[in-house]
Amino acid sequence: MTKSMISGALARNVMSFARLLRSTGLPIGPAKVLVAIEAMAAIDISCREDFYWALHSVFVDRHAQSELFGIAFEQFWVVRMGDQEKPFMFDDVIDEQSDQTTQVLPRRLADAMAENGLARKSKGDRENSEQTPDGTWSAAERLRSKDFETMSTDEIVMARRAMLDFRLPIADVLTRRFQPHASGRRIDMRSTLRKTIRTGASIDLMRKKAVYRNPPLVVLCDISGSMESYARMLLHFLHTVTNDRDRVHTFLFGTRLTNVTHQLAHSDPDVALKKVSAAVDDWAGGTRIGQTLALFNRKWSRRVLGQGAIVLLITDGLDRDGGTGLTEEIERLQKSCRRLIWLNPLLRFDGFEPKSAGIKAMLPYVDDFRSVHNLDSLSELVEALSIAGGARNSTSTNSVSMQ
Amino acid sequence: MENAVKTNLPESIEDTEALLHSGDYVPYRPLATAVFLSLKLGRPLFLEGEAGVGKTEIAKVLATSLGRKLIRLQCYEGLDVASAVYEWNYPRQMMAIRLAESGGESNTSEVAENIYGYEYLIERPLLSALRPDSSGPPVLLIDELDRTDEPFEAFLLEVLSEYQVTIPELGTVAANEPPIVVITSNRTREIHDALKRRCLYHWVDYPDADREYAILRNKVPEAAESLSLQVVAAAQHLREADLFKPPGIAETIDWVRALIALDREFLDRDGLEETLGVVLKYRDDINHVREKTVDGTLAAASAAL
Repeated sequence: MTKSMISGALARNVMSFARLLRSTGLPIGPAKVLVAIEAMAAIDISCREDFYWALHSVFVDRHAQSELFGIAFEQFWVVRMGDQEKPFMFDDVIDEQSDQTTQVLPRRLADAMAENGLARKSKGDRENSEQTPDGTWSAAERLRSKDFETMSTDEIVMARRAMLDFRLPIADVLTRRFQPHASGRRIDMRSTLRKTIRTGASIDLMRKKAVYRNPPLVVLCDISGSMESYARMLLHFLHTVTNDRDRVHTFLFGTRLTNVTHQLAHSDPDVALKKVSAAVDDWAGGTRIGQTLALFNRKWSRRVLGQGAIVLLITDGLDRDGGTGLTEEIERLQKSCRRLIWLNPLLRFDGFEPKSAGIKAMLPYVDDFRSVHNLDSLSELVEALSIAGGARNSTSTNSVSMQ
Repeated sequence: MENAVKTNLPESIEDTEALLHSGDYVPYRPLATAVFLSLKLGRPLFLEGEAGVGKTEIAKVLATSLGRKLIRLQCYEGLDVASAVYEWNYPRQMMAIRLAESGGESNTSEVAENIYGYEYLIERPLLSALRPDSSGPPVLLIDELDRTDEPFEAFLLEVLSEYQVTIPELGTVAANEPPIVVITSNRTREIHDALKRRCLYHWVDYPDADREYAILRNKVPEAAESLSLQVVAAAQHLREADLFKPPGIAETIDWVRALIALDREFLDRDGLEETLGVVLKYRDDINHVREKTVDGTLAAASAAL
């Protein structure tokens, strides 16, 4: 099949399909559309499977997008063409206003289609659905959304200032990259030779030294009911940390686990917090630490702890499940990261003893235990985290000192 | 590989499937589509998936069945230009300078021109992939890209979009014909979108039972059919269990080989217990299976016969 055989209608349909995918959040630029059209010329488009996988290989670039792509494909190329016998015909331009959306769509796709005038769903429907969670949520969970006060300019300035003192209790890690340095330990042969050639005199040894760098940071922050009063401050902290350092991944958990790294990456704290608030469904509910850590270990640990990351766990350790299954998961977590730091904001009085089952289960496995008696300000949080810590004890993990 | 015959690039998805088959790889249609498009459009193929599902194998098979040279770049943290692209041969350069001096040569610019020539250059994988090869453009396998750091990824971006590298002392080396590029990642971190954008993406999944059986017959033909069937059913069952690291195809192949080495003709309770360490590599997983899944796995295995 040659390029000339591609009908203009097909090209237009591929373009509208790309537009639909883009509005659901897939990163698709014009270059990809061109590649897709090129790909259409290379395959036999009358075979639906080939057509599907050819578009898939161009438009999808991470595994998580696969499912969304599948549903969007079905909606765009099958349902809206109307004729179920012939799944798609390329001579017709698909009408973007068509309203044959029949199946229940994932929220993002439905929203995208509505915005593009692609779906029947009216504005009113969408507003209603804001309050009604779809059926996948169990009734046992308390699902709440949260509104945060916007940040004042003072607060933002204070936060920036506080973050200047922020040092995690771990040294930067050695990388295998080098930079020129007058008294470095290694000889930089390349610049030595260059200098020799340039000056033509004796051979002067140039030196280089290894570069040190922040290790990646993974933050797991509890947002259950007992942590509610800190939520705004913590999120502000997380936002600043995510924007100040590179390689930070942020997860919020209560009864479920949400990766909010992407939402927090917005440079404006108010916009970022709004986005986070919209992405998380389990504000101020219960805590299932064991379950969420298990989920993190299975789904995320290999993806975000790969390069010797530090894990910062922010939770009061009050577990709705009474610490069931927590020991195994926290042990696995500690063994997969460079260092596990636990920040506990519950300790409001000095005579604190770890009585709750969750706390008892977790304490033996943390490398640094940090407590904050009065977690009202970012600077106190930063101060608590910045106390230097010892090296990880390799023989026993029971080296936690209570402060 | 020297005596391999150069084969032309496939013209259709069916051709691609046949090509992969000829290299003892059992493809499935979506994968063949991605491979075909990557060859046809001359774009790098980005393969992501769990460890042991046969990502690296695709590049190897492409090289053998197309009769091309395979150039492999194994990535690791801190991989730099000196070990990925080129390095000057410093001892030889020093020698040349000393010789020029003792020979009374005083013209430094001439010496400089001499010691920055091709004969003083040590080629590393990315550079050799751009150089012409008698058997056609080579297959460049960039393995486990997720192990490198972001600076290298950024560098790779330039190489993969222009198929050229710039050596300051020598000039730009560009490929006459771009190599066939296969990039694999185990997803221990996300690769930057800018790099992915230039590639065709495919997620290599665990195979279904039929395909896994075909792969086993291909890789371990000496295994009895009944044993292969049992092992496939058991592996499929284990993947359903809640494990930290479900077994990949590589583990299934090892498993059959291990059972043959132990002279087992069937997968029974003893055989399963003895060989669990071949299939599962985490203590928690082994305990989990011992406690909860042995009966189910054996039942699945005997049901397959």
